[in-house]
Amino acid sequence: MSKEREALLDPLFNNNPIGLQVLGICSALAVTTGMSTALVMSLAVIFVLCCSNVAVSLIRNQIPSSIRIIVQLTIISSLVIITDQILKAFVYEISKQLSVFVGLIITNCIIMGRAEAYAMQNGPRMSFIDGLGNGLGYSVVLMAVAFVRELFGAGKLFGYTVLPLATEGGWYVPNGLMVLSPAAFFLIGGFIWAVRAWKPEQVEEDFRVGTLLEPGHEGSLR
Amino acid sequence: MQHSARYVVIFAAAVCVVCSVFVSAAAVSLRERQEANKLLDRQKKVLTVAGMMRDGESLPAAEVARIFETSVRTHVVRLAGGRMLPDVDPELYDPRQAAADPDRSHPAPSNRAGILRVADQQLVYHVVEDGDVSAVILPIEGKGLWSTLYGYLALAPDTRTVRGITFYEHGETPGLGGEVDNPGWKAKWPGRLAFDEDWTPRIGVKKGVAGPPESDPYRVDGLSGATITSRGVTQLLEFWLGEAGFGPYLTEFRSGGGRG
Repeated sequence: MSKEREALLDPLFNNNPIGLQVLGICSALAVTTGMSTALVMSLAVIFVLCCSNVAVSLIRNQIPSSIRIIVQLTIISSLVIITDQILKAFVYEISKQLSVFVGLIITNCIIMGRAEAYAMQNGPRMSFIDGLGNGLGYSVVLMAVAFVRELFGAGKLFGYTVLPLATEGGWYVPNGLMVLSPAAFFLIGGFIWAVRAWKPEQVEEDFRVGTLLEPGHEGSLR
Repeated sequence: MQHSARYVVIFAAAVCVVCSVFVSAAAVSLRERQEANKLLDRQKKVLTVAGMMRDGESLPAAEVARIFETSVRTHVVRLAGGRMLPDVDPELYDPRQAAADPDRSHPAPSNRAGILRVADQQLVYHVVEDGDVSAVILPIEGKGLWSTLYGYLALAPDTRTVRGITFYEHGETPGLGGEVDNPGWKAKWPGRLAFDEDWTPRIGVKKGVAGPPESDPYRVDGLSGATITSRGVTQLLEFWLGEAGFGPYLTEFRSGGGRG
């Protein structure tokens, strides 16, 4: 049981795909201006990640290693197209806001990264849990960033007004930076910093304070 | 593990077949729903740009269809000359399909909106109140930064005053160019003037902040962080309000024709 727990919970903070592996940043910048788009994007990524992990894992012993990357990519692309079709059919408004970024799930490094690094070596059950865990890890960051950006950029959460805007008769003057992409950079940077301050073992060795000057570490001074 | 070339080819083919079966199954089984969503969305946009529905208001699909049915008239218009074509059924006419058909479209004259071909005939919507046309709604399209923007422009019956603008389909960056569908920005359009005294299209999106419509009638605030999308909006309006666009039709409309 502990192995499953680990595969599921580890990617949340200990081995977060965005925070530690620094994967999937591009879409994290793009779709986090609102909580509802971030939520739908998270669900889409979780769905694709779980399914692709299971599918790749099921045929991991049959895939010829010479074409394994393109096979993974074919599976992932098909799942993304299906996801896109489903979103267009059932949540049309949000799918329009997500526009190209649903299609870009294909290029989200988390998905191929997990297929190659995990699903190729593990059984379907564990791969599913790994996909779920990493998907949730991605979602945690996405939702946190979207929370801050929507709250301070638009005074809303999930489209409902929380801080009444000055332009609409309230008191809150929105922070324009939050709506723009750089805000997501700052917030993700802040998130990575916070997690690493909490769990110092995540800091890459070369950057640990003090190590540069310790005897035996001269090699790190490049 | 080493595999023979034969195995690799067969494996690749099998993966492709399985994946394409799933993809086509999803596409085919969901198409009807998607089409219905698109139609409903377009009707909503027409009603919104006409001010008959608030932005973001959620009405049941049947209600939207009913309002659309009772107060909006759809007409097919020939761009060259600006005549209405009462014989063409607007229900069956798809301008986007026509634009891709060489027999039913023509190359656009050189323009800054990135428009290459234009369908000979376009759909125009009239909002009718007590038997009179109270607004003319024109479809507009043109290149932004990443994508083609598709939308509507609503004009008052004087065909000079803007009633509203909306974009229902685009692939611009969410949060930047994607703000063309932000209700706050769209609210800056009504009351501005599309044409000057000589009926030359003048309205456009300018960098920075524009004054109130009374003192600054031809300018609309730029979208911050989206210079190219803003310029695209200006240029597509220039095209569609000009002679190659709906200019002839609007002239016809002012002279009393083109009202259906």
